[in-house]
Amino acid sequence: MAGRTLEPMLEMYLFESSQLLEQLEEILLRSEKTSRMSEDDINETFRIMHTIKGSSSMMMFSNLANLAHHIEDLFFHIRENKPASLDYSMVCDLVLIALDFFRNENLRIESGEDSDTPEGALVDRIASYLQQITGRAAGDDTATALYSQHPPRDQKFYVRQEKQELVQINWFRGFIQFDEGCEMENVRAFTVVHGIKEQCEQMYHYPEDLFENQECSQFIAQEGFLMAFSTRLTKEQVEAQLQEALFVKSILLNDLDETGFTEAVKELERRSKPVEEAGVDSGNSSFVSEQENTEMETIQDTVKSLKQSMITVNINKLDRLMDLVGEIVITESMVIRNPDLAGLQLDNFSKSARQLRKLTDDLQDVVMSIRMLPIGPTFHKMQRIVRDMARKINKEVDLKILGEETEVDKNIIDHLGDPLMHLIRNAMDHGIEEPEDRKSKGKPTKGNITLEASNTGGDVLIRIMDDGRGLDRKKLIEKARLKGLITKNDDEISDEEAYNLILLPGFSTKDAVTEFSGRGVGMDVVKSNIEKVGGSISIDSSLGAGTTINIKIPLTLAIVDGMQVNTGKSLYTIPTVAIRESFKAVEKNLIKDTDDNEMIMIRGNCYPIVRLHRHFGVTPKTDSLLEGIMIMVENDGKAVCLFADELLGEQQVVVKPLPGYLVRYPVKTSGIGGCTILGDGSISLIIDVTGIIYRTIQGGSV
Amino acid sequence: MNTKQDSLMELEEDTQKGKYLTFNLGKEVFGIEIRYVTEIIGIQPISAVPEVPDYVKGIINLRGKIIPLIDVRLKFKKEAVDYNDRTCIIVIDIDNISVGLIVDQVAEVLNIEDEDIVPPPEYRTGFQNKYIKSIGRVEESVKLILDCNKLLSEDEMEMVEQAVQ
Repeated sequence: MAGRTLEPMLEMYLFESSQLLEQLEEILLRSEKTSRMSEDDINETFRIMHTIKGSSSMMMFSNLANLAHHIEDLFFHIRENKPASLDYSMVCDLVLIALDFFRNENLRIESGEDSDTPEGALVDRIASYLQQITGRAAGDDTATALYSQHPPRDQKFYVRQEKQELVQINWFRGFIQFDEGCEMENVRAFTVVHGIKEQCEQMYHYPEDLFENQECSQFIAQEGFLMAFSTRLTKEQVEAQLQEALFVKSILLNDLDETGFTEAVKELERRSKPVEEAGVDSGNSSFVSEQENTEMETIQDTVKSLKQSMITVNINKLDRLMDLVGEIVITESMVIRNPDLAGLQLDNFSKSARQLRKLTDDLQDVVMSIRMLPIGPTFHKMQRIVRDMARKINKEVDLKILGEETEVDKNIIDHLGDPLMHLIRNAMDHGIEEPEDRKSKGKPTKGNITLEASNTGGDVLIRIMDDGRGLDRKKLIEKARLKGLITKNDDEISDEEAYNLILLPGFSTKDAVTEFSGRGVGMDVVKSNIEKVGGSISIDSSLGAGTTINIKIPLTLAIVDGMQVNTGKSLYTIPTVAIRESFKAVEKNLIKDTDDNEMIMIRGNCYPIVRLHRHFGVTPKTDSLLEGIMIMVENDGKAVCLFADELLGEQQVVVKPLPGYLVRYPVKTSGIGGCTILGDGSISLIIDVTGIIYRTIQGGSV
Repeated sequence: MNTKQDSLMELEEDTQKGKYLTFNLGKEVFGIEIRYVTEIIGIQPISAVPEVPDYVKGIINLRGKIIPLIDVRLKFKKEAVDYNDRTCIIVIDIDNISVGLIVDQVAEVLNIEDEDIVPPPEYRTGFQNKYIKSIGRVEESVKLILDCNKLLSEDEMEMVEQAVQ
């Protein structure tokens, strides 16, 4: 089919199905927890599988369609017969496995491979389970009859006799127009037909050959899509169902009686000559009469108001927008701090400049807020991991999620999934004890893991708390010593340092390697992942009572407030959030230890001095600590004093990554986080305070 | 649409084929394939970057884009010279990595036919042979054609060498 080669169609398919799968997963996990499924949930599951089946078969992914079809059957049975003794965890299990299958296949499709993994085994499992429960529900033949139904794309007319007399049957004539430019009209129409035909006794539509004929897409776009069907649903229900379809611009639904229906069907059959012809004499094949037109407009309005006012935007466009706003911020300061203006008394100009500044600030805020996403979905994905692991390792764990509405930059969210998963796995595997263990310790057998996000000014704080066994300080130190990761005396090591040992590469306290953790990779990967997005991680624990892992990440990466300093000819930007104070050093406070390490005493505390010119290897204007300026920077409770030539002022800067070519050199680890372009076009290097402090204080001694 | 783009690309490559930008380092004349060259600019204020080899002079701001600079003289282990108004930066782009090459002066764009291009001699002369892809003959003179990919990627080897020293 031509559709296979169409990129936008494939993209749409992947996008839609990934959203549906996510939705489905949520439903399943929820119902598994409460071990019951509400009617809505069942219907929703049914609908989702139905849509996936439709779109998959449309895209010729027959394995996916077949699998979806069988799940649909299962839920059809559940919905129709409402079996009293249903093992919901079994159902959820089956569907979740299928869900993973879909996800895997979608990934493969996305990476350009063919989706051809055989679905047979999974289908058999579902089918046999269905048989098992149908057997239990004793002698319901509608479901089994349906079960043998063929995949839908082979059929054009759907006639179902079995249920005809059950409820009053309504006849409808439906006319649908799709949004202009939504493309793939034939596919959309097919989705609509597909969505409703399950509830229909009879279904006819025109154009009839939605796929065999390439022109019909264009025809539907111009003329609309006509169908006639009989169903047990009421008009309202049908309308609601039709409106669920994507890109539907308007729906016109006429009540018919039985004779009217036959006529409508005849009309359709008459039309079912090749579409090209119909398309040519569109004058008389137009479906809509004048009167219907006005009627349609009113319906159109209601449809519009029902639709969510959301749009999906390609992230690249947002990135581009962000870049542009960044350029505007730079240009703005280029204009306002133009050297030509220096020393002039410009009241009006300053006023307008302030106004401009305010507007660019607003603009920046808006663009930022567009990129902000609630962290909820990322957290909810963890539910699945907790569930799967709990089963495999036989632990009972409850995951509590707090603050899911906290918003974080999209780029950062993308980097959070993996570290969180690692941490949750660790908490479950290492932290939470076996149920019997917990009982003997007087804890509830069910372990608790809390995932919490909160907003603290410029940062987002994410906490992962468990009430498990906690970290054993002694064991950690012992292990570290064994691996030669530590040289200090036991009592010189603070609790915090001891706990942070688990962040080192190659450190694992677990003796046995399991499927999930214990290999000693992981925590250092977590750490580097978090640091990649400018965050930091710290660990707090009390033996026997649990562990808390705190992750601090910045709200956004793109724009920071910074203090400009210079050393010789080089310019550096120090993020304002990290600066505690800046001052001129006084001779009597300066100290040198025996290794010539310089320190400074401030209010009774001693801080190491980092001479930026030595650290970065440049020639300074002044070598004397008394002449230059000291800037005390702080991170995670540790502080150092940076020594620079002079302070140049505060400015908002747009963070740009270092050019790709430089990645091979250890520029990053030397304490440069990125760079930025200043108002006059010169480049300033952004100092990574965490990196410098780490290098100075810890200096590899731990 | 794709095929259209492809053919456009091919066309562009066609017009660029056989053309080399030549520049001088001292007495030698080097050439690089023109398709790598994005633009040529005069020398600019450079911001030094820590922890890089000496031939990476730093970064510059090229209309909002940040580009690292390699001093080709230093890269080839020749003696450093002061930059003057003839010093040029040739900005090249290889696999979406942009780098500026600092050279003594840019000469001209030359057409060198394929048959005038010969592989470099096998033996290693005193000169850093490994960056030379081939040698082009134009009338009586000889142009050393650089392998841009090697110019950018050979570094790991060198870093190892440095570490050993």
